[in-house]
Amino acid sequence: MAELKISCEAIRQVEETCEKFHNDPGELISILHEVQGRLGYLPEPVQRVIADKLGIPAQKVYGVVTFYSFFTMTPKGRIPISVCLGTACYVRGADKLLEEFKRVLGIEVGETTPDGKFSLDCLRCVGACGLAPVATIGEKVYGRLNPSDIRKIVDEIPD
Amino acid sequence: MENMINLTIDNRPVSVPRGTTVLDAAASVGIDIPALCHLDLKGTCVKNAPASCRICVVEVEGRRNLAPSCATQCMEGMVVHTNSARVIRARKTVAELILSDHPNDCLTCAKCGECELQALVMRFNIREMPYKGEQSSRKHEQTVSITRNMDKCILCRRCESVCNNVQTVGVLGAVRRGFDTTIAPTFDKMFVDSDCTYCGQCVAVCPTGALTERDNTDRLLDDICNPDKIVIAQPAPAVRVALGEEFGMEPGTIVTGKLATSLRRLGFDYVFDTDFGADLTIMEEGAEILHRLKAFLGGDKSVKLPIMTSCCPAWVNFFEHNYPDLLEYPSSAKSPAQMFGAIAKTYWAQKMGIPREKLVVVSIMPCLAKKYECERPEFSVDGNPDVDYSISTRELGRLIKRSNIDFKSLPDSDFDKPMGESSGAAAIFGATGGVMEAALRTVYEVYTGKTLPRLEFTAVRGLDGIKEATIDLAGFPLKICVAHTLGNARILMDKLRKGELDYHVVEVMACPGGCIDGGGQPYHHGDVEVIKARAAAIYREDEGKPVRKSHENPDIQKLYKDFLGEPLGERSEKLLHTRYFDKSVK
Repeated sequence: MAELKISCEAIRQVEETCEKFHNDPGELISILHEVQGRLGYLPEPVQRVIADKLGIPAQKVYGVVTFYSFFTMTPKGRIPISVCLGTACYVRGADKLLEEFKRVLGIEVGETTPDGKFSLDCLRCVGACGLAPVATIGEKVYGRLNPSDIRKIVDEIPD
Repeated sequence: MENMINLTIDNRPVSVPRGTTVLDAAASVGIDIPALCHLDLKGTCVKNAPASCRICVVEVEGRRNLAPSCATQCMEGMVVHTNSARVIRARKTVAELILSDHPNDCLTCAKCGECELQALVMRFNIREMPYKGEQSSRKHEQTVSITRNMDKCILCRRCESVCNNVQTVGVLGAVRRGFDTTIAPTFDKMFVDSDCTYCGQCVAVCPTGALTERDNTDRLLDDICNPDKIVIAQPAPAVRVALGEEFGMEPGTIVTGKLATSLRRLGFDYVFDTDFGADLTIMEEGAEILHRLKAFLGGDKSVKLPIMTSCCPAWVNFFEHNYPDLLEYPSSAKSPAQMFGAIAKTYWAQKMGIPREKLVVVSIMPCLAKKYECERPEFSVDGNPDVDYSISTRELGRLIKRSNIDFKSLPDSDFDKPMGESSGAAAIFGATGGVMEAALRTVYEVYTGKTLPRLEFTAVRGLDGIKEATIDLAGFPLKICVAHTLGNARILMDKLRKGELDYHVVEVMACPGGCIDGGGQPYHHGDVEVIKARAAAIYREDEGKPVRKSHENPDIQKLYKDFLGEPLGERSEKLLHTRYFDKSVK
């Protein structure tokens, strides 16, 4: 992954978050959760700042970040797309849906489009099995999707 | 004795203090429960007890599932079976599952014959591989010191424990999860891009071939066979009290004479001794201690105290990476091995009329960080290193076997002169406290002008993590401190950074117990008695020496008279001293 420049302002925010949790190593997961909520991802320099603040090796932070699938070191798109691969969606063709998303966006699962607009992920069940197959685009849930709908939906989403 | 617990293990009554694990209780009555991830060097801070491998399971009556004996405390009235059919079968299955994603290339594995997993396979009578799982495909890396092949990793976490809890280096740890879990340096970087100090303690405790040393034995064979090269050997103090173990000799056997003979039979042209370099180190470091002390007593407020020893290359890497703001505190004296190299390729080479390029200086070390030290650009002249490369005690053992030399039956011989002559002070460099004690023998006598009434400074001996003492130096109370393991060094350095470290002289060695338990020594397989036996041997070696103070070594005196001049003189500064660099990972 290319080394990304993190703004001083972002670093200051990370430090603030650590201080809010009293720089307590036991709060590492809460801190990572909040920082990712703000920045969208947890790049290496941010993990180093957190390690320094909490007085623990960066290796420990990295171990936790790579352990939980929730945490990511890749910046998410402004509009994250997640395709449900839960059982109900899967039997109704979610795999084909996912392939179409990959083709239309030109990226693999876990990646972000070069313009930073979309990122593609998979998830397991959003509780809308009646609408299978389902994908979430931004905050919105799209149901009863057909691979042939995807191009049009993606093209019409404003940035 | 209400703090004693009574239980039954394999139908035998056992009484142990409260808090004892079933594993230790069994061991106390001679029942050797097999374990794999578990490691406990009792009396040191080296401990790994994650109960993750499940090899040590036992049956506890009244308990439904099998219990990991390493993590199960003894309870009053407990009835334990360590060898029931159920346990024996379960243990075998656990080992078979561990093997299911192991490369199983044991025939050519660097750890073959020393591997703890291999030993269990033999012990459990495993004759086939019933489970064939997906094969892990993890990183391989060859650094100048350490070789990493994580496909052989069984995730015991021993390396993680020593790297984080003992050394506080914090480089190795588990990343990702499930089948993808691997032990890796921070951000999956290579060792070379991390804060790794190459202390080699991860290698010392790895049960399998995942972490091993960089092998230089073939390079050495090539040089020995090359008629255009003059190859000279310099073995470190700790090698001679451990090498015998490679040939089945009792831990703590002193094999100095056999070591010299074996090096000659291997074809080294000259067999000298790093101990000579150790005496030289004391001359220079001792002079530096006195120099700083006199400045301090003269009212110089800018003098950096405490002065810290600088023989240990992993410790040097540690402070360069973690304390770049404190680089002026450690002594500028090079390590004994590097001092030896610098003198061999100048004074001795000139005396013998041998051009520098023809000389190959090989150090035999208990250490893996020494391999890295040889590669430091500041220790070379026009790209020609002062010490060409280093092999570990283990590598030497392998080379001796390969060369058809029956080590145990070798006659004793002496090291060559002049760089084979050494004092007892040099011999003790291999144990924690040894450099301090050696320095005190010289500093005391030079400072006071009196003969030491008693040479042994027992306060700095032994396995306590941080030892301190005050020495009466003709009325001046010299406050000294000795630390081993980098975790203990960190405690001292953090205090120093806050201005709270109230000593004059500090010794640091990176490995638990000092060089005797270095990353290149014969594997101790978790037995702390091996390390204690080596330490005892080091002090016996000292007692048996006719000269026991570095400044009384006649060949050192001659070196100064003929070539160097004075300690800290111009030529000494140029050849025997170094400087340190900020290597913090940004």
